[in-house]
Amino acid sequence: MLWLHRYTRLLAASSLLLITAGGLVTSTGSGLSVPDWPNSYGYFMFSFPLSQMVGGVFYEHGHRLIASTVGMMTIGLALWLNRVESRRWVRHLGWIALAAVVAQGILGGITVIFFLPTQLSVSHAGLAQLFFALVVSLAIFTSPGWREAYGRDAPEERAIINDGALLGLALVTPVAIFLQIMVGATMRHTGAGLAIPDFPLAFGRLIPPVWDGGIAIHFAHRVGALVVTTLVVALTGHILAHWRGRTELTRPAVLLVIVVATQVFLGAWTVLSERDVGVNSAHVATGAALFVTAVALALRVFRERFGDVHGHDDVAHAGGLRPADLAFPSATIQAPGSHGEEL
Amino acid sequence: MQHRTMWAFVSTLILVTAAACGGGEAPAPAAPAEAPPAAIDPATVGNITGTIMLEGEAPAAETIRMNSDPKCVAEAGDDTQTEYYVASDSGSLANVFVYVKEGLEGRSFPPATEPVVLSQDGCRYRPHVFGARVGQTVQIVNDDATLHNIHATPSANDEFNLGQPLEGMKNDKTFTTAEVMVPFQCDVHSWMNAYVGVVDHPFFGVTGADGAFDLSGLPPGDYVVEAWHEELGTQTQNVTVGESETAELSFTFSVG
Repeated sequence: MLWLHRYTRLLAASSLLLITAGGLVTSTGSGLSVPDWPNSYGYFMFSFPLSQMVGGVFYEHGHRLIASTVGMMTIGLALWLNRVESRRWVRHLGWIALAAVVAQGILGGITVIFFLPTQLSVSHAGLAQLFFALVVSLAIFTSPGWREAYGRDAPEERAIINDGALLGLALVTPVAIFLQIMVGATMRHTGAGLAIPDFPLAFGRLIPPVWDGGIAIHFAHRVGALVVTTLVVALTGHILAHWRGRTELTRPAVLLVIVVATQVFLGAWTVLSERDVGVNSAHVATGAALFVTAVALALRVFRERFGDVHGHDDVAHAGGLRPADLAFPSATIQAPGSHGEEL
Repeated sequence: MQHRTMWAFVSTLILVTAAACGGGEAPAPAAPAEAPPAAIDPATVGNITGTIMLEGEAPAAETIRMNSDPKCVAEAGDDTQTEYYVASDSGSLANVFVYVKEGLEGRSFPPATEPVVLSQDGCRYRPHVFGARVGQTVQIVNDDATLHNIHATPSANDEFNLGQPLEGMKNDKTFTTAEVMVPFQCDVHSWMNAYVGVVDHPFFGVTGADGAFDLSGLPPGDYVVEAWHEELGTQTQNVTVGESETAELSFTFSVG
């Protein structure tokens, strides 16, 4: 099971690489440099000559190759989970991840065929984030730390789940980040990234003196950044103030602050550099990292709600116990501080 | 086990996406009604001639970096300057599309039989600006030893995106609706762009280095002539062409 967890982490890292490659495709304006799909200039995807990967084709075809690799890895993950995972809902999530990556591939292809319509392109960007979050979630669900409930005892679990402020912030923050990413994707795919050309002010003022669709979506993204930053600071502050001893919470919380600060900096730099390709793509990748960090933190906060804590694992698959059940006797409660391998 | 939690988790993500991805398609513009034919008397036709001038100093051409495709570097040779402004020392402006915008309504003209050729040569479009008739074949040719995509982004006609991975490949396309201008771009080589002015009559031209244009064979009448430049926009002028007369027109675009 440890190798399954490591494999899922590798898939998560590959998904982030895929999102970064996708960011490069849009940042370089290469989305239509390969006009056909699923073939590339009539070639079967994997037989396309490397010597022809020039200009925009390098980014677009490279994105397709990475996507195919991630797709095949996801097939492997779903099958692996189905073979060794005792929790049915986790196995189901593996199949859902596979469905999501297949849908994402088709969506990407349709986006090319229909010349990058905004709705499809934004949906492609949004589904990428959801797939990434799902893979990261699976990495968490298969981690020893999760299976051992991070060494929490029953009173600790109850105390966490009864902290209303923690639950509220942990739930709202990833949702807000996702909505912010969707606004950002809309801005990106409508070419509104420089609709407000200055930063931190907007046309020299706090509120733009003129409005159109591009300015509105751009300004909404800036307001969204403020909301997300506020939520992240509040969530992290709350965790550091009340749950300092829970490293499975403090570590992603601190990481969240670091990533959101980086993301705001990159957002500002994107405007000031007039959408430098590298900066712009890093902004996309960091946004994804921010989202999944918030999702990971939320999952750890809501750990008790997912069950299989303190001996309640479900083993009713294929009529009996699986090797996983033997490898991870979930009734075992670790001493605090002995949380196993965490994501 | 905790299916409810798992499904709530997945459903929430899907709902958030669905809520964030709304939108609708704008209706396609209606095709114009077909004009009834009207005869032209060859004995009375006139001309509109003139020049396009540039006032002020045009921004200097920049060198295009073609490093992302070594074959382009080899094929382009020294021809790596941008074509946004092509002006002579005397101020004449090239790559301006000039056409009769109004005054020919109700007339019909024999269809164009010869194709216009858009070549991809040295990782540039040749010509950079050109004209075509509605229904006339635009033959797109890859004269480079590298691959290109040809992506037309009209607003009134159908968008298309073709791949030409091999040297010598040709594709024929036509436009069904008059539209000034239809942009072409290559998404492989981001510096490659071209424009075609699509009109439903034969009275159009593109200025060369001398900035001159000549719209010949016009029936006598009152016309609106438009000049289009990719960076400087459009200018229009009214002109009257008498029987067997040549009307002179000049346009002056300003920069700076």
